[in-house]
Amino acid sequence: MASVQFKNVSKSFGEFVAVKDMSLEIGDGEFVCLLGPSGCGKTTSLRMIAGLETPTSGSIEIGESDVTFKHPKDRQISMVFQDYALYPHMNLADNIAYPLKVRGESEQNRHKRAQEVADVLKIGHLLERVPAQISGGQQQRTSLARALVYPSKVYLFDEPLSNLDAKLRLEARGFLNHLQRDMGMTAVYVTHDQAEAMALATRIAVMNEGEIVQYAPPIEIYRRPATTFVANFVGNPPMNLLPVEAMIADGGISIRADGLSMDPLPVSARAAKALETGKTLTLGVRPEHLHIAAGGESNTISGKLFANENMGPESLVTLERADAARFTARIFTDDEIRLEQNVSLAFEARHVHLFDADGLRLPFDGE
Amino acid sequence: MAPATILVAVFVIAPFFWVIFVSFTNRTLLGRTAVNPEFVGLANYISLFDPVSFFQRGQFGFSLILTTQFVILSALVGQALLGMLLAWLLQSVPKGVKSITETFVIAAWILPEVVIGFAWFAFLDYDNGTLNMIMESLGLPPGDWLLQQPFWVIVIFNVWRGAAFSMMLFNSAFASIPPSYFQAADVAGASSWQKFRDIGLPLIRGHVVTVLILITMWTFNTFTPFLLTNGGPSYRTELISIYTYRVAFRDFDFGKGAAVGVIIMLINLVFALIYLSLGRKRAKGVKT
Amino acid sequence: MRHMFLRFFSRIGFSVFASLIGALFALPLIWFLFAPFNARAELGLAIPNPFTLSNFVTVFNNTFAIRGLWNSLIQSVGGVIFVGVSATLAAYALSRSNMPGKSAVTYVLLLFSSVVSGSAAMVPIFLIVNSVGLIDTHISVILVFAGGLLPTAMFILRDFIDGIPKSYEESAMVAGASPVQAFFDVALPVIRPGIVVIVVWSFVNIWGSFLIPFILLRSSEKMPASVAIYSFYSEAGTPIVTLLAAYALLYSLPVVALYLFVSWKFGFRFFGGIKA
Repeated sequence: MASVQFKNVSKSFGEFVAVKDMSLEIGDGEFVCLLGPSGCGKTTSLRMIAGLETPTSGSIEIGESDVTFKHPKDRQISMVFQDYALYPHMNLADNIAYPLKVRGESEQNRHKRAQEVADVLKIGHLLERVPAQISGGQQQRTSLARALVYPSKVYLFDEPLSNLDAKLRLEARGFLNHLQRDMGMTAVYVTHDQAEAMALATRIAVMNEGEIVQYAPPIEIYRRPATTFVANFVGNPPMNLLPVEAMIADGGISIRADGLSMDPLPVSARAAKALETGKTLTLGVRPEHLHIAAGGESNTISGKLFANENMGPESLVTLERADAARFTARIFTDDEIRLEQNVSLAFEARHVHLFDADGLRLPFDGE
Repeated sequence: MAPATILVAVFVIAPFFWVIFVSFTNRTLLGRTAVNPEFVGLANYISLFDPVSFFQRGQFGFSLILTTQFVILSALVGQALLGMLLAWLLQSVPKGVKSITETFVIAAWILPEVVIGFAWFAFLDYDNGTLNMIMESLGLPPGDWLLQQPFWVIVIFNVWRGAAFSMMLFNSAFASIPPSYFQAADVAGASSWQKFRDIGLPLIRGHVVTVLILITMWTFNTFTPFLLTNGGPSYRTELISIYTYRVAFRDFDFGKGAAVGVIIMLINLVFALIYLSLGRKRAKGVKT
Repeated sequence: MRHMFLRFFSRIGFSVFASLIGALFALPLIWFLFAPFNARAELGLAIPNPFTLSNFVTVFNNTFAIRGLWNSLIQSVGGVIFVGVSATLAAYALSRSNMPGKSAVTYVLLLFSSVVSGSAAMVPIFLIVNSVGLIDTHISVILVFAGGLLPTAMFILRDFIDGIPKSYEESAMVAGASPVQAFFDVALPVIRPGIVVIVVWSFVNIWGSFLIPFILLRSSEKMPASVAIYSFYSEAGTPIVTLLAAYALLYSLPVVALYLFVSWKFGFRFFGGIKA
């Protein structure tokens, strides 16, 4: 195992800049997820660790050694590909053992080791088959077995679960989590699925347009998203974001918007500074922090009922304001609640997020 | 990469420029001008386009017009229509009929050209040929087809030889239309002809142009009728490729042969540019 | 009900019509199915009686005929090796490199190869071959075909390789393979069906060709079967029909066999589409 370091790495393809001056440190034994929408540069970053792309500038280190211009074969890494890249002309045993073959292991050793790894992944009985004869989930595990069959410094994953159906994906996710706890491997994992990143990572690097927007443990990302982009990307359904008017009054920030009624929030130094230049901020509240107002709450937002989606244990209640902005609440399904045409949702002040005009988080005192 | 570059350079790109060069000389096979050909400017082209002899049999103009008629009748009309008819028809006939018909149509296309030439030579033989045998059994007078109707013989011959190509391309074009389109028309009560006219044809319009250009280029350059008629009798089937061959390798006038080659290439270039630009527009040409 | 009847009859009408066209296509070939097995075959259609293979014995005893088949084989196999090896390497390099303008290269090559047809290029090809002193050699035929077929072969193969995910070789290299190892262990086996296609395609093209060997070869010892058959029936007053029919059938067999092989193996008729 080893650490990985990006030092001011940029990568362009012609005119297009895929990764902009990125610096990132991945500690030994960490499981880091690169999370972001497609085209954000996460896969390019991963491929630069693998040596499948060469940075335009900057350097990459694995362990203590600079690998920026090293051929993939000389980096002692392993990688699981999105399409699995299983060789159609080899059976599973030969697929799994291929890395050992190019390392000059004897055939006997190769097959012994392939059998061991395959048994762990519960595909030991399929070794004589070719990839076309096994299911998608089994193919995924075969490609994982090929990555685990030899000791690597870093394990790279390029959206390895995106081709599985929902149920298999959950199962495979649980297994990867177990594997990480078991082996303590250094892993870099690319995904656009925030739930996957939250479940697996020790730290998440949220990327957008070639840059890292926030690099923090999952719970930090969830609790204190650095920008509206992160707030919107992490969480399901995403955080409700609403443009509001804000001003300092009575020793607090008073916030105003149609249908919104709030007690003033405590002023922080940053917030005070932001309010010097403009008074439009963005207010964010996560759907799970909203409930149907019972009356008497001090922080509420109201509007017309737009949709009520029952999902079993919980429901998504969406209201629409006059300006067509929508607000969604995730509430426990309760038959007793009868929704009127006009709905009021309530929230606590400690669950409020504020972002300045550039979308950057305004921290409260003590953050 | 390197060996491919050399081969292509020597046998595809070099001939392209060489033929242009030779067409401005009086190069012959033997004699003084074989070793030291002289630059004659446009003389070869002028003699090709000499208005006095241009339209005479055995001259360039006659051959060019003959080839044009040949392309229009045998490729654009014959092969394309018959190919489309077959492709449409064979979709809705029982499997046995389909595979037997297809086998013969495709056999006409895949067998080597010399074998086909010989088979037709036997088929058209005046005394014993299968065709005259059939004519007689129907009470019709036999004919010496290669002497009496040489042009129509090579037209029909070329339709017969090449219909498979159009059939297969149209076949895959029709196959690329989702079956639900036709099922929807069936539900609406459309007849086979209506389905062809309203759904099949409009949806493969792009393929039709591609097929027409491909068979035009192929027919324009074909040398196969030579194996049946040698270009005769008295130049009546002397297509442009056969004319080139005769001028260069029977009369040994390489300069003039090269000039014809240049003109053929110019015509090919026009068709190829149209074809490639169509292909680029659709990103991929006809998938076969 | 009336509708059903109409449907039924139009189906029968279609079948009859299709069979009729099939028969018209079969007519010129029917003679060719019988004559090789008829010891007294003439140009007329006759059921062999008795059915015999004696014509084939005659072919096998005719050294000129056998040498023709042998020459066809030399030229086709030689050309196929050239086309196969260089098209594979070139198409792989074109498909996998990030070289700028690589699609322009393919475009220009295709343009050239469709413009420089046999009929346009016979004069310069003859003169080039003549000037390097290769007239009347197998290698001249082999090289001319290799050059002429390469652009299309490269194009077909590049299309095929483009459809194969790069992750195959990438995963091999990450796993520790050198680029050469990745090519031979992983890429080549996966590309193999594409190579089979261009090999079969170029073999059939060279095997069936007439014009190029006809102008490049002089002596009867070098002539391929195509030129031999042509000279059999065009030059000698009345052709020896028995010999010729059997010989033409033998000469056609590889083409038919390869066609059946390809449609069985790949299930699609690439043959017609990309011939010539």
